[in-house]
Amino acid sequence: MSTDSMNEEGGPTTTEITVTVNGTQVTADVEPRLKLSDFLRYHCDLRGVRVGCEHGVCGACTVEQDGASIKSCLSYAVQADGAKIETVEGLTNDDGSLHPIQEAFHESHALQCGFCTSGFVMATKELLEENPSPTREEIETGLEDNICRCTGYQNIYKAVESAAAKMEDD
Amino acid sequence: MSSDFTDGDEPREFVHDDDGGPDPETHCGHGRGGMGEEVRRKEDKRFITGRGNYIDDIKKPNMLFCDIVRSPHAHARIKNIDKSRALDVDGVVAVLTAEDLLEHDLATMPTLMSDTQDVLVRDKVKFQSQEVAAVIAEDRYAARDGADKVVVDYEVLDPVVTAEEALKDDAPVIRDDIEGQTDNHCLDWETGDKEATDAIFEEADVTVSEQMLYQRLHPAPIETCGSVADFDPGKDKLTVHMTSQAPHIHRTLFSQVSGIPEHKIRIVSPDVGGGFGNKVPIYPGYVVSAAASYVLERPVKWIEERSENIQSTGFARDYDMTGELAATEDGRIQAVRTDVLADHGAYNAVAQPSKFPAGFFKIFTGSYDVDAAYGSLTAAYTNSAPGGVAYRCSFRVTEAVYLIERMVKVLADELDMDPAEIRRKNFIQPDQFPYETPTGWNYDSGDYEAALDKALEMADYEHYREEQQRRIENDADKLIGIGISSFTEVVGAGPGKTCDIAGVEMFDSCDIRVHPTGNATVRVGVQTQGQGHETTFAQIVAEELGMDVDNITVEHGDTDTDPYGLGTYGSRSTPVAGAAAAVAARKVRDKAKSIAANELEAAEADIEWDRQSGEFHVAGAPDRSITITDIAASAYMNHPASEEPGLEAVDYYDPPEMTYPFGSYIVVVEVDRETGEVDFEKFVAVDDCGNRINPMIIEGQIHGGLAQGIGSAMMEHVTFDDNGNVTGGDFMNYLLPTAKEIPNFETGHTVTPSPHHPIGAKGVGESPLVGSPPAIVNAVVDAMAHEGISHIEMPMTPDRVWETLDSVGLSRDPSDSFEIEFGDTGAEPADD
Repeated sequence: MSTDSMNEEGGPTTTEITVTVNGTQVTADVEPRLKLSDFLRYHCDLRGVRVGCEHGVCGACTVEQDGASIKSCLSYAVQADGAKIETVEGLTNDDGSLHPIQEAFHESHALQCGFCTSGFVMATKELLEENPSPTREEIETGLEDNICRCTGYQNIYKAVESAAAKMEDD
Repeated sequence: MSSDFTDGDEPREFVHDDDGGPDPETHCGHGRGGMGEEVRRKEDKRFITGRGNYIDDIKKPNMLFCDIVRSPHAHARIKNIDKSRALDVDGVVAVLTAEDLLEHDLATMPTLMSDTQDVLVRDKVKFQSQEVAAVIAEDRYAARDGADKVVVDYEVLDPVVTAEEALKDDAPVIRDDIEGQTDNHCLDWETGDKEATDAIFEEADVTVSEQMLYQRLHPAPIETCGSVADFDPGKDKLTVHMTSQAPHIHRTLFSQVSGIPEHKIRIVSPDVGGGFGNKVPIYPGYVVSAAASYVLERPVKWIEERSENIQSTGFARDYDMTGELAATEDGRIQAVRTDVLADHGAYNAVAQPSKFPAGFFKIFTGSYDVDAAYGSLTAAYTNSAPGGVAYRCSFRVTEAVYLIERMVKVLADELDMDPAEIRRKNFIQPDQFPYETPTGWNYDSGDYEAALDKALEMADYEHYREEQQRRIENDADKLIGIGISSFTEVVGAGPGKTCDIAGVEMFDSCDIRVHPTGNATVRVGVQTQGQGHETTFAQIVAEELGMDVDNITVEHGDTDTDPYGLGTYGSRSTPVAGAAAAVAARKVRDKAKSIAANELEAAEADIEWDRQSGEFHVAGAPDRSITITDIAASAYMNHPASEEPGLEAVDYYDPPEMTYPFGSYIVVVEVDRETGEVDFEKFVAVDDCGNRINPMIIEGQIHGGLAQGIGSAMMEHVTFDDNGNVTGGDFMNYLLPTAKEIPNFETGHTVTPSPHHPIGAKGVGESPLVGSPPAIVNAVVDAMAHEGISHIEMPMTPDRVWETLDSVGLSRDPSDSFEIEFGDTGAEPADD
């Protein structure tokens, strides 16, 4: 594909990677330039990974890599070789029931158009894993890498507080 | 008009408890998800689980990808385009230029204001990032590789970047494609009575004047624009999935552009990741993907990148306004005068009803009872992206409200009056409605003082006034400013006779089909981009038919199945399609009554409907009753001889008037004299949108619009350098507010139903972005007004605020505090 990355036969150079995505091992031959967000969306069909700016500002593409949230549009698939990736699709339980964070976002009306929601849910997951009962200020700081254009954030704060309470009870 | 169908259903006032939930003591909602109930949204599940279906989620077998080659120059003639190297790229299927589109008569497209825009540049580039060529390839990366290999030879021309420069005699002419166009003048417009207004100004005790720029903004929805076009040569049918706020009118325009008959075109607007007016116009990418699919007979996907979205799609505002007020000594406003210089970009592509070249800007007399008003406007072409879309705004009402609410503050300061008091003195009074303004609007209802009083109380206004004074007296490091905005909105376009888009009247529609098992599918002509229509419209129908909201599904966004409508923008969904939903439901109810009479063996005239239980019963015999579920079954299994089988209705609602939501916002800020930073101490928003359908969704809309208001006032600005390069063209440079910048909002409401709307609702989505920027600017100005500051331009970045403080000796030099700090500790500053 890329004229800049041809192998000797004139085809694109690819690398084999193995990534554990939402608990399932995925092996694929990918170009080094393939963004992790595109790998997840197009190769793994995980369309909950949203791309809003492709330059790491909006946070809609936030996923967890080995337990830490990353912006998958700023990362390449080859960098995830051997890693564990979790996306919003991985949060829902096997019986279809929702994760407490997902429940809280619904109950607190913390989403409108829904495009940034996957990223916020994943950012909230990391926030609450690191700090199970954050203050309002810690929530604001914890979520400042994600942009929502619809909600004005108020109900997202409420959802995070409510999710924290739910997860503490569990 | 709706009253033909209302059957005695005058708008009732729904009262809510302070939490916004249904109040059992009042007749608010019937407890099954009707009017006024905080029903949790039906659309949420797919979004929180990652199963939303946005444009880039649509996959078709054999699908190709489109990438657009854009001009790096703002003004340039194209000498040559060399496709050959691009066509050599592995995976590239085709490269399209204007020449190729010309063969299919698709080289140009009409804008919403009937200008003619190049789909791909034919001759001359008119703005940076304009579409020059399109590369179609097997995958997205290959399409981008191909785009990088298209070689375009440009002859660079001098650009004109601002409207002021554009109107100078020696400015290069941008639109030499328009016959007879010899300058950059786009249009002139005026409203009101010039003579009467001028006469008042000549005689007035006091006049004030201020110039203010409502800077260029971008709606910047988090999802960019995109399309998946799929031409089916077997059926000769073109399906275009696209990020559209108005799929039906887009179908009509697509038919006009392409020549494909309208019944052979289907537009589908899937889940849309925010619109805010950005997704009202048609953009070249949509047309190119459709043309490519038609020619190549394969589906073609086009997805915009963020920088393409900000740099080439519909911007908002860019009104440079002069405002003037004439008043008596004691603060009665007698007349308003304004003159505007508007930047329309390279094409006249403002998105507003065609008979309103300045949108609804003529509502600039606001909430005040003035004797006369006059407004004039000149618009210019510049070498910048076309636009002037209604960003969360009913067609320039945002600019108008900013003007009048800023000017009232300027007048208050001139007269040394309290800004709340001067508003109170000039408000249109409740008994004056319906009220005709000097520029010809017919306000439906309002109680402006009630909203202001509530906001003042919530904001603890007197306390902050005292605190403000204390800070001034103590020469404190941080000053307090209090800003008020008491705005009136105009939403819900039509009526069709005055409002149209490309000639199509601005009505809207609803189709209700009650199924044999008693549940219903509701289809509307409007389209949600996050407003919650799938829940709100279901609640309207649940209320009017006595059904459970869970038994109603709302569909929208597919022109093959939904009734024709004009789409969602200008806060028109509830005022127009919401009315259609109520009226259609009442038509269903009328038929249900006839079926009930048949089932209960009574005369139809004796059948009564109980809103609370949702049951139909025989007058005087409440136990002889039947539910809508049983009626639905009868409609299909035992229909009366006097009726057709089935239980359906459709309504096309042409509103008799627009609706006029209003509110009062109060903002308290703390301005740091050392850094110029502005902190929000208090942010109170009292809204009145008439009867409230889902208070939770309304509050969410208010929050979102207030955040955008803070973005507008404090951060956002699409900027250009002298060469026409966009310097604020991505999210690194076009700053959107994050959680860090948004304070806690305190919301409240009053309820003044619209007298002409079937359920007394008015529409609310845009009020917070319309009403909040002047309140915020008024607050920052207020912090410095004691030293004579009357205005500060948006965005009020810290450096701009500091410069303003400094201009009147209010700034503090940051080094002062260092010295104090170090002086206190006895240490010297480190010398590194």
